[in-house]
Amino acid sequence: MGVVTNFETQTASDEWAGLMAAAQSGDAASYRRLLTAVTPYLRSVAGRHHRDRADIEDSVQDILLTVHAVRHTYDPARPFKPWLVAIARRRIIDRLRGQGRRRARETFLAPEHETFAAPETNTYEAEPDARALRDAVAQLPEGQRQAVTLLKIEEKSLKEASQATGMSIVALKVSTHRAVKTLRKILERGREKT
Amino acid sequence: MTSTDDLIASLAADAKPVRRLRPPLVRAAAWLALFVALVGAVTLATGAWPEMFARLRDQRFAVELTATFVTGLAAVIAAFYLSLPDRSRFWAFLPVPPLALWLASSGYECYRNWIELGPQGWRLGRSSDCFVFILTMSIPVAVALYWVLRRAKPLDVTRVLAIGGLGVAALSAATLQFYHPFDVTVIDLAVHVIAVLIVIGVMTAAGKNGPRILPSKI
Repeated sequence: MGVVTNFETQTASDEWAGLMAAAQSGDAASYRRLLTAVTPYLRSVAGRHHRDRADIEDSVQDILLTVHAVRHTYDPARPFKPWLVAIARRRIIDRLRGQGRRRARETFLAPEHETFAAPETNTYEAEPDARALRDAVAQLPEGQRQAVTLLKIEEKSLKEASQATGMSIVALKVSTHRAVKTLRKILERGREKT
Repeated sequence: MTSTDDLIASLAADAKPVRRLRPPLVRAAAWLALFVALVGAVTLATGAWPEMFARLRDQRFAVELTATFVTGLAAVIAAFYLSLPDRSRFWAFLPVPPLALWLASSGYECYRNWIELGPQGWRLGRSSDCFVFILTMSIPVAVALYWVLRRAKPLDVTRVLAIGGLGVAALSAATLQFYHPFDVTVIDLAVHVIAVLIVIGVMTAAGKNGPRILPSKI
């Protein structure tokens, strides 16, 4: 089996050498055949070093670009595969080194890492407390409570609220404004207590 | 997947004929021949040869000069080989034997000077001149070598230029002998070694930062 594989590899390398020689003299069809033929092989070489499919594909593309840039250094009298493998190794190592550097410098940011510069934004106690707000709204005088409930909590328009309550739009605006002021006072008092 | 296919298509569309590089030994020989011709012409014109012949009768000096020159030749040849992707990395060791001989023969001379002259063997000869000579001469030679080596677009530029730097410095040190008719002291040897290391260091650094300095790399 090993003998057969070696023989096949040998023929592939010979064929690639011929294609590259043609490519060097500007034969685009041969060049395309060569690059298409070596790509699966390069994928398997890159696959030995990268786990991520995207990394394998990026490495293959790096190698193809380098092959293109240095194709004048190939000597058709010499075997093609060692030339190709030397380039492939170099590019794969470059990518692995780059990844190593990035990993040493950067940390993957998970949602639990998320934080803000102002300390109060990170404390759960300071989060708006819906229950305290509901209690505060309940303590409001009738007019103010109605205005806030309709306009801010149920998010109705001034016109709808006016129709529902029979209050004028101006009166509703005044009531809402006063309600917000009262709410602020009630909530501040509540916070001082705790 | 498709992006790789696209890449292949665009590379194939760009398949202009390329000029194959000649074999590395031929390229190295051509470069070295030009170097020897230039240095030969300059040393002849400055009348440095009669004294050189006289000094070459000293066997130890002949060995040292030959070793220096051969180190330069070997390192330049190695740099041409290493600039190609598929050549063995062991070419980097080609200049090691002549380098060892060069250091040993100058080292021996230092030792002899020390025994014969005592503390005088430690004097600072005209080392600062040598230092300046090696560095100054190395600049144009290094640029000329770089110019030829970069045609191969070496994958490992640093290694190629480190070996190339050794070659350039050794060739400069060999040329220095035409204008340096003194026995070597320890300080002289140290100065030569430092000058050689500086040339190697600068060329290596140039290799590392090359892509930003010179555009013809990958």
